[in-house]
Amino acid sequence: MKPAPFQYTAPETVEESLVLLHTFREEGKPLAGGQSLVPLLNMRLARPSVLIDLNRVRELSYIHDEDATVSIGAMTRQRAVELSSLVREKLPLLAEAVRYIGHPQIRNRGTVGGSLAHADPAAELPVVTLVLGAQLVVRGLEGTRVLRPEEFFVSFLQTALAPEELLVEVRFPVHRTYGTAFLEVARRHGDYALVGVAAMVQMDGERCTEARLGFTGVGPVPVRLPEAEEAATGRPLDDSTLGEIARIVAARLDPHSDIHASATYRKEVAGILAGRALRLAAERFKQREGA
Amino acid sequence: MKRRAQTNASRRTPQARRSKQAKVSLPPLWTRKEIRLRVNGVEYTSTVDVRMTLVDFLRHELGLTGTHVGCEHGVCGACTILLDGQAVRSCLLFAVQADGAEITTVEGLGTPERLHPLQEAFRDHHALQCGFCTPGFLMSTLAFLRENPEPSDEQIREVLAGNLCRCTGYQGIIDAVRDAAQRLRSGYGA
Ligand SMILES: Cc1cc2nc3c(=O)[nH]c(=O)nc-3n(C[C@H](O)[C@H](O)[C@H](O)COP(=O)(O)OP(=O)(O)OC[C@H]3O[C@@H](n4cnc5c(N)ncnc54)[C@H](O)[C@@H]3O)c2cc1C
Ligand code: FES
Ligand code: FES
Repeated sequence: MKPAPFQYTAPETVEESLVLLHTFREEGKPLAGGQSLVPLLNMRLARPSVLIDLNRVRELSYIHDEDATVSIGAMTRQRAVELSSLVREKLPLLAEAVRYIGHPQIRNRGTVGGSLAHADPAAELPVVTLVLGAQLVVRGLEGTRVLRPEEFFVSFLQTALAPEELLVEVRFPVHRTYGTAFLEVARRHGDYALVGVAAMVQMDGERCTEARLGFTGVGPVPVRLPEAEEAATGRPLDDSTLGEIARIVAARLDPHSDIHASATYRKEVAGILAGRALRLAAERFKQREGA
Repeated sequence: MKRRAQTNASRRTPQARRSKQAKVSLPPLWTRKEIRLRVNGVEYTSTVDVRMTLVDFLRHELGLTGTHVGCEHGVCGACTILLDGQAVRSCLLFAVQADGAEITTVEGLGTPERLHPLQEAFRDHHALQCGFCTPGFLMSTLAFLRENPEPSDEQIREVLAGNLCRCTGYQGIIDAVRDAAQRLRSGYGA
């Protein structure tokens, strides 16, 4: 199918983009990488009157090292994040997760901001911002808001963004002092996750001193499970601890069934992936300590 | 193909609607727009409907029908082309967005008399049957092998997951890509 008619405009600055968004509100739609929006246009599931193409807004494309955080502009391509040595060194969890997004052909266009603003319940980047406690910087003509992921992700494909606002930047805390791992199960490499897990740990010898666990694909928004995190804390990540965590995960998560997998299967997989991710994160923590 | 601009877009500016933010001079709104781009080394100027996808522009306006259209939502990979050297879905871009870009399509690879080594490898390994998916596979692989001249089988499988083939069962394609990497490394035919 072909998109319904629209008007097209290509601002070159954030300021111009914001005035355009403010002018057209619900009628206008920002176009980032187009990897989610253009399919919706082609299928006529979205019919904006005005398409505001952000691809010429150069000031939104950057990866800045700010010591304790790395700030990434909304229009930074997912592929640029994947290939960045700074990201690999300072944001290993993001570096690992981004490679699970679609295929290189998709990541060449898809942007960091677009993935977060789209808020697909099975997407990788939202859960990464959640476990890292990243900050999402949102701008409108009236000012700037800095949101936590818990505030930003509202529901299935819904965020706290108002129609006249832009997500302009994401500030990721540097997490070199953690062992991290991102794992997912999908039908094929590049498909959306049936279940994805992001894990972060700190260890004291064999004992886990801090754990964070986030899940994607198991609800309308990415979730953390404090109860499972507590079950890991202060204990060795052995079979008995991981078994208990898998039980908590299966009991606490409330995923849906669809043509790809049943809810029961998703729970089972989430529990097992959580254990594997924690173990891998712990191994990586030890390797770094040893190095 | 050089076409004269027909009605030169509807240049209704948003200021007309709302003068409050008149400080910032806003870019025009277009329904048709003139674009200039290079495709396989040839410069084109054309006026397009802004809602025309790049793949439709290549096929219908430039007559370059080597690039195929399957799903129109980014899943099948049949429409893969190179945009400024990077493999992308041409069904998920509008032609207006390619203004100023350098594009390579399958027509830019080899000629029937002198195939590109990648095309020869596909032929030699029966990496195609109906051929519908082939242009997309070739363009994805072309970009991939430039970045990874010595790929592992694992990497080959990973990149090929971005393209669908209903005929071959993929094994021939994997063999072809492995072989093409070798041919390109040894400078054969390139
Ligand atoms: C075949 C295929 C496979 C894919 N697989 C995956 C996958 O496994 N995992 C995954 O996470 N994603 C996947 N995607 C989606 C891909 O990651 C998209 O890039 C992403 O969802 C949207 O980013 P985009 O830059 O393309 O945004 P667009 O598609 O341009 O925009 C998406 C939405 O966000 C809005 N928006 C964009 N940028 C901003 C901004 N800065 N401020 C406010 N609103 C904004 C747009 O208005 C639109 O509503 C896949 C896509 C395809 C085609
Ligand atoms: S037609 Fe573009 S990916 Fe299928
Ligand atoms: S050869 Fe027929 S779809 Fe691939």
